[in-house]
Amino acid sequence: MRKYILKRVLYMLLTLFLIATITFFLMKLLPGTPYQNQDKMSASQIHMMNVQYGLNKPVWQQYLIYIFGMVHGNLGISFQFSSQPVSYLIATRIGPSLQLGIQAMIVGSILGILLGAIAAIRKNTWADTLATLLAILGMSIPNFVFAVLLQYILGFKLKLFPIALWDNFSSSILPTIALAMMPLAETARFMRTEMIDVLNSDYIMLARAKGLTQAGVVWHHALRNSLIPVITLAGPLAVNLMTGSMVVENIFSIPGIGEQFVKSITTNDYPTIMGVTMVYSLMLVVVILIVDILYGIIDPRIRLSGSEVNA
Amino acid sequence: MENILEVKDLTVNFGTFAGDVQAVRGVSFDLHKGETLAIVGETGSGKSVTTKAIMGLLDSNAKVASGTIMFEGQDLLKASAHEMATVNGNSIAEIIQDPMTSLDPTMTIGKQVSEPLRIHKSMSKEKAIARTKEVLELVGIQNAAARMKDYPHQFSGGQRQRIVIAMALVNYPKILIADEPTTALDVTIQAQILNLMTELQQKIDTSIIFITHDLGVVAGMADRVAVMYAGKIIEVGTVDEIFYDPKHPYTWGLINSMPTLDTKADRLYAIPGTPPDLLDPPKGDAFAPRNAYALKIDTQQAPPFFPVTATHAAATWLLHPAAPTVTPPPEIVRRQAIYQQMIAKGFDQPNNPAVKLNTPATDQ
Repeated sequence: MRKYILKRVLYMLLTLFLIATITFFLMKLLPGTPYQNQDKMSASQIHMMNVQYGLNKPVWQQYLIYIFGMVHGNLGISFQFSSQPVSYLIATRIGPSLQLGIQAMIVGSILGILLGAIAAIRKNTWADTLATLLAILGMSIPNFVFAVLLQYILGFKLKLFPIALWDNFSSSILPTIALAMMPLAETARFMRTEMIDVLNSDYIMLARAKGLTQAGVVWHHALRNSLIPVITLAGPLAVNLMTGSMVVENIFSIPGIGEQFVKSITTNDYPTIMGVTMVYSLMLVVVILIVDILYGIIDPRIRLSGSEVNA
Repeated sequence: MENILEVKDLTVNFGTFAGDVQAVRGVSFDLHKGETLAIVGETGSGKSVTTKAIMGLLDSNAKVASGTIMFEGQDLLKASAHEMATVNGNSIAEIIQDPMTSLDPTMTIGKQVSEPLRIHKSMSKEKAIARTKEVLELVGIQNAAARMKDYPHQFSGGQRQRIVIAMALVNYPKILIADEPTTALDVTIQAQILNLMTELQQKIDTSIIFITHDLGVVAGMADRVAVMYAGKIIEVGTVDEIFYDPKHPYTWGLINSMPTLDTKADRLYAIPGTPPDLLDPPKGDAFAPRNAYALKIDTQQAPPFFPVTATHAAATWLLHPAAPTVTPPPEIVRRQAIYQQMIAKGFDQPNNPAVKLNTPATDQ
C-alpha cells in the first residue's frame, strides 16, 4: 500500500509539472499586458517595468526562471496587489475557499447519497419523483442563479442570513448551499441508478431471504455496494466546486482564492494566475488520490488486487 | 406423513403495461417433513414465483390473488414484512442459482454466513464465530477459521455455492428452498454440491423444495416430483411414478426429450411449439395446443386432478373414465414396462437414488 501511494505521489508531481508548463505557455498567449494604465505610460516606463518583472527576457528563459522558483517554493510577486508575494496572497485567501469547498462537498455528497438512496428505495413513488425533480433542477440551474435566489429570498426577504458578507459560520451557509446544489444533484442521480441496480441483485435478494428487513438490507449491503461507483464522481465534482466557487465567491463577496483568480486573469497578473492554477491543480490531484485510496477501502476487490500487484 | 408446509390454491399475477401476467394459477402442494420435493418445469412455468411467494420475496408488481401457505399454523401470505423477516433465514432458507452473484462482494464471508445468526439468535460474537466456522467446515471449506476473513472473490464458484449453502443452513432451517442451485456450476461440481445437500439434509433433518429443469438432477435428489406447466402443477407423484409411469402428455414429452443410454436417434426429441402466453392463458388445458394427444375437451375445459395412486395424481382428461385409450410414446411404454416389472418384484415406493456419486469433500 505504501509503495502504491509513493508511486501515485510521483505521478502527481509529474502531472503538476505538466500543468505548470502548459498553463505557462497558454498564459503567454493571453492578449494584453499587465499594465492597466498602459496608454498613459511612456515606452521607457514600460521597458523599465518589463525589466523589473523579468518580462523582457525570451519566453523560454522566463519559463525556466519560473519553474526554478516554483520548485523552491517561490511563486513570484503579484503585479496587481502592491507587490505582494503570490504565496502570501494565496495563503491569506485560501482559508475561506477551502472552508466553502469542503462544506459544499460534504453537504452535497451526503444529501445527494441520501436523496438518491431514498429515490431508489421508493422507486416510482412521489418521493422518487420529488428527488428526481430536485436533481434535474440542481443540474440545470447554474449555481450563480441559485446564489442570487438564495440572497433574495433567505437574505433579503426573510433576513435569515447575511446577504454578502464573510465573518462567522452563518455567513457561509448561503454560499455553501448555492455551491452544493450541483454535487448534490449529480450524486443523487448517480446514487439512484446504482442503488436500483444493487437492490435488484441476487445478493440483496438472498439477504432478504436471510431475514434482513428492508432497512437492514439497505444499511448492511446495498449502501456500500452502491457507493463504489459514486465515489468516482468525487474527482469531477471537486473540479466543479473549484470553478463554481470562483463565481459564487464573487457574488457573496467572499475574500477567497476564486475571486482572486478571476481578478488576476482580467488583469494579466501572470504570477497570480500561475500560482492559483497550481494550487487548484494540487487540490485536484490530492482529491483524486484520496478517491483512489477510498476505493480500496470500500471495495475489497480493488484493495487486494492492488496490494498483490505492488507487494 | 406429516406436512410441514401446505400451499393451497396459490395464484400470483404480475401487473405489467400489457396487462396481468398470470404467472401462478392455483397451485396446491404439500411438503412432507424431511422429504425433498422437486418442482420441475420449463422457464416461465411459475416454479420460482411459487417459492418467492413462500418467502414473501415477490417483486413489488406481483399480486397474490388467492391462496394460503400454511407453515407452523401461520398463513405466510398474510404475514407482515416484519413477521416474514423472523421466518426467513431462520425456519425457511434459500439457495439460489448463481453463486457468483449471490454473495455480497464487499463483506467477508464470515460476516455473511453469521448474519442469520446475528439476526435471529441473540448469540454472543464468540459463539457466532464458532458456529460459523463449524458450518463452513460442514460444507467442506478448508481452513475455515482463516478463510472467514476472506471476500467472495477469493473463492471459486463451487466454493461460493458451498458458502451460500452454509449461509442457508447456519440456523438449521426446517425448510430449504433450492432454486436451481447447480445450474451455474460445471457437472463435476454439480455432483459434489448435490451430494453435499443430501448429506446435510440427513444431518440436520430439513425438508427441501428443489426447483430445477434438470430431470437428471431430480432423479438423483427428489423423493417426490411436481411438474409445472404454464403456472399450474399438472402432475405430482413419487420420483418413480413420475419417471416410470407418467400420465400427463407434458410429462411424457419432458421424459421423452431426456437422452438415455439407449438413445440411438441422431436428434433428441423436443416438445413442439412454445409455452402459452400467460397474459391470456388458454381456456382449457394450457398444454393442449402442443399436445398430440389432446382431446376436444382439452381446448374447452381445464382438466381436474385425477388420482392415480395415493401419491400420484395428474391433471389430464386422458385419465377420465370416458376418455379413449391412447398409446404413449415408445420411450414411455418402455418405462412403464420396467415399472410393472419393478412392482411385480415386490418393490414398494422406495426412495430410488438413480445416481449417487462418491466425490471428494472439496473442490479446491
